[in-house]
Amino acid sequence: MADRRGSSEWLRRQDRSTQPARVAADPVLEVAGLTTRFDTLDGMVHAVNQVSFTVNKGEFLGVVGESGSGKSVTMMSILRLIPMPPGEIVAGEAIYDDRDLLKIEIDELRHIRGAKIGFIFQDPMTSLNPVLTVGFQIEESLKIHQQLPTEDRQARALELLELVGIPSPEQRLKSYPHELSGGMRQRVMIAVALACSPQILIADEPTTALDVTIQAQIIELVKDLREKFGTAVIWITHDLGVVAGLADRVVVMYGGQIVEEALVGELYASPQHPYTSGLLGSLPRLDQRGTELVTIKGQPPSLYQFPDSCSFAPRCPYAFERCHAERPPLLPISPTRKAACWWDVETGSPRDGV
Amino acid sequence: MGRYAIRRMLGAIPTLIVISLVIFTILELAPGDPTGTLPLTVPPEVRENIRETLGLNDPFFLSWLKWMRQMFISEPLNAIESVTGLQIGDGERLRIISWASRGPAVDTIVERLPQTLWVLGLGFIFGIIIAIPVGVVSAYKQYSIFDNAGTVISMIGYSVPVFFTGPLAIIVFSVWLGWFPSFYDTTHTVSDWSSLVFQMKQLAMPVAVLSLFNAAALSRFTRSSMLDNLNEDYVRTARSKGLTENRVVMRHVLRNSLIPVTTLIALQVPGIFAGAIVTEQIFRINGLGQLLISAINGADYPMVQTLTFIFAVLIVLFNLVADLIYGILDPRIRYE
Repeated sequence: MADRRGSSEWLRRQDRSTQPARVAADPVLEVAGLTTRFDTLDGMVHAVNQVSFTVNKGEFLGVVGESGSGKSVTMMSILRLIPMPPGEIVAGEAIYDDRDLLKIEIDELRHIRGAKIGFIFQDPMTSLNPVLTVGFQIEESLKIHQQLPTEDRQARALELLELVGIPSPEQRLKSYPHELSGGMRQRVMIAVALACSPQILIADEPTTALDVTIQAQIIELVKDLREKFGTAVIWITHDLGVVAGLADRVVVMYGGQIVEEALVGELYASPQHPYTSGLLGSLPRLDQRGTELVTIKGQPPSLYQFPDSCSFAPRCPYAFERCHAERPPLLPISPTRKAACWWDVETGSPRDGV
Repeated sequence: MGRYAIRRMLGAIPTLIVISLVIFTILELAPGDPTGTLPLTVPPEVRENIRETLGLNDPFFLSWLKWMRQMFISEPLNAIESVTGLQIGDGERLRIISWASRGPAVDTIVERLPQTLWVLGLGFIFGIIIAIPVGVVSAYKQYSIFDNAGTVISMIGYSVPVFFTGPLAIIVFSVWLGWFPSFYDTTHTVSDWSSLVFQMKQLAMPVAVLSLFNAAALSRFTRSSMLDNLNEDYVRTARSKGLTENRVVMRHVLRNSLIPVTTLIALQVPGIFAGAIVTEQIFRINGLGQLLISAINGADYPMVQTLTFIFAVLIVLFNLVADLIYGILDPRIRYE
């Protein structure tokens, strides 16, 4: 044992297992070709266009993109939580446990919602029912999914409140949401989502509505919980800093499509899509104080038209003819990364052979 | 909440005193003379005597104070005596006497109350029982055939007044079809099956007409309250927990939606008596509404004053009830 530990081969192996592929590729959720649109009075809004990604067991997947890039709609579509109508899931599949969540009966999906896949929403101020106690709202999913006796449910609810770090949990069970602060409410939301120990936790910008210190606490909390229970986490955010500290893998969305997918280290070290570089380049930096902030020129794409060309082309410094004529699919670049771009930033020339 | 209720009730006393003064002033200013309905053969001296005994020649403020004393001291004491059987003091108190019947006004009111409560109360309760489910389904299936039909029917029910739908129902169901009696027989007593059937028949039309009117506005109100809540974020949370649609709607949405609806219902309770004025005329129901109208026609001021004041008390009381219900249903409301 001792000499093995000393051997360089062992070290290398340790390296491999702790480095990029912290999580073995064992998909728990596979989304392919997901397309969602909304039939509004102003016309058809193409909110999500052929989005494909996978989440592995126990993995922390960051989903980044600006407002309106389709992050939330993608995740809500998976559990069919978008309002239908006007929303409509036109195509695609979302395979969980050998079942397509987009096709199964709603009653079957109900046993997955909350039980296997938990959801934390953006705004804790409005996402809890104002007239029901915190305890009731946590116990409700236990009642529905696990048929526990009342005492066990209460004990579990208490345990969950302790777990998410709420002080004097016995009292808080009887509290109403308005009696708690924003951070506390978001902890309650997390407790609700975790009640049935789901395999996947989808967090839709859970810290956006909170102030920075509370944000950090919530992030730490989710990190802990994930390590304790091995829950896969999909964390939607527009905060690249949060993703850098938490995620194993990152998916970048733009105009309702995934434009880049990479392990977190790779993404920050060498972004493959011009939009990702633009995002990273526009982060304010302490060492460049006083200079004007860098932005990506132009406007986000209109979603009223289905993208026939690259949605980012009008704002892209590298755009050439093909970008305006043909929409780039999500192309594999290496075993761990993909990018939807006709331009190869590595060679500084258009991609060949695709 | 108890302290809040007590404070509100104490606060209502000056309000009610001012209301009674306003009613008294209006009646004082109104033209009309209780001796005006007497036969012309009654000589003027006798008339003057009658006026003197009725206290019509007393100064306005004095007769108001007398009425106040009767209303707030004599009548409550008398009511306690007749309910408990105890005797307080010597039992000799000057009660509010109706000029028309020469009997205590409150006794007449108590006599007429059951008819009004039966007909108008049933119309109100049926209205609620119809309105809430209709409102819930209309909202959940917005713009469906059911919802659109509901909109049209409530539009009609709300905009066509009872004094039109009432006679229409009488013409169709009493005159043409002969299903129901066209007037309400107050002397009828329920003793066996056939008399019960008759009682239900004579209740049917006024109750139906009132239910339609009450349900119309309330169902639309329930619908819009439901719609507001169905779009709330907490509904999405409830669905994301894997609850059935039934549970999402009944436990989460309805609970929130009923807060304003219940308040509205409580506020409308005194309106039952206002509605009585018209409805009881149409169906010839011998209730409070008819009592008020005949008292006005006969210049029976003590009766008008007392009835109007009781309506005012009910309005003040149910405003308080509405506020208290709001506090019970919505944990965010705290009374300090």
